[in-house]
Amino acid sequence: MADAALFEFLHMEMVAELWSHHYDPGPGGQKMSLSVLEGMGFRVGQALGERLPQETLAFREELDVLKFLCKDLWVAVFQKQMDSLRANHQGTYVLQDNSFPLLIRMASGLQYLEEAPKFLAFTCGLLRGTLSTLGIKSLVTASVASLPTCKFQVVIQKT
Amino acid sequence: MSRQANRGTESKKMSSELFTLTYGALVTQLCKDYENDEDVNKQLDKMGYNIGVRLIEDFLARSNVGRCHDFRETADVIAKVAFKMYLGITPSITNWSPAGDEFSLILENNPLVDFVELPDNHSSLIYSNLLCGVLRGALEMVQMAVEAKFVQDTLKGDGVTEIRMRFIRRIEDNLPAGEE
Repeated sequence: MADAALFEFLHMEMVAELWSHHYDPGPGGQKMSLSVLEGMGFRVGQALGERLPQETLAFREELDVLKFLCKDLWVAVFQKQMDSLRANHQGTYVLQDNSFPLLIRMASGLQYLEEAPKFLAFTCGLLRGTLSTLGIKSLVTASVASLPTCKFQVVIQKT
Repeated sequence: MSRQANRGTESKKMSSELFTLTYGALVTQLCKDYENDEDVNKQLDKMGYNIGVRLIEDFLARSNVGRCHDFRETADVIAKVAFKMYLGITPSITNWSPAGDEFSLILENNPLVDFVELPDNHSSLIYSNLLCGVLRGALEMVQMAVEAKFVQDTLKGDGVTEIRMRFIRRIEDNLPAGEE
């Protein structure tokens, strides 16, 4: 079983490598790199979701799925639960992690705030991918006001 | 109550697959970004090196192993402590050279390749090459210049996966230029 630290180190290096490879200094250049990382997270999230046996997927409601993400998925990936979940009961959820492990090694406070998005892209994709396997289409974005606290916004897309 | 127990097991299973799946996504992406397998191999080695030079600190802090006195001790620590800690496997150590400067790590199963098959057009890809970079980077930080390379790979049809480790030389502590 792979140690959690290995994933963190791999993630850090992936961000460094893919960022520099796909970076386009022109306007909107960041988007390409972010979407590559997000796409990778999406595929991993899908694969994680696919490996869950059917019984654990018997969610009664959308909120149960979000709770699953905040507890089971977060514990599996980051060895802790999400610190808070807010719902507006109209398909938008805000998941807050007060000490997001992938940001902890970086800094705390306002330093490196600009760098934060690239460290969140993979995880946004991961959430979106797992939701997708659970039959839910979504848009996931993340924002950081102050490291290492971050918020993931999940907006359910109604088909 | 049993639902709770199920959830615990599921978390553990997801956690163990996370690294493998992420690594797979990385290799897939690199194959798209670079034109040929050789370049992907080099990139994996370089990334592994960058990880290794940081991983060693984490390893030393968590494992409490002392300084190794020779390459044999180093081999033991790599196989029985490091691989166990990070990948949950204990490779066996075999094929020592007469001079004691080369050995092989035999991995019966390689966690990185769970669920992986190499497509035909990537026959030169060294899928797990990150590991070689990690070993090289980590050992460099403890003053050992080594070469690590895959000589057998289950992904290519071999019975086991074998990494050959070769001690090149001891790295003396260098003072930065101008500080003699």
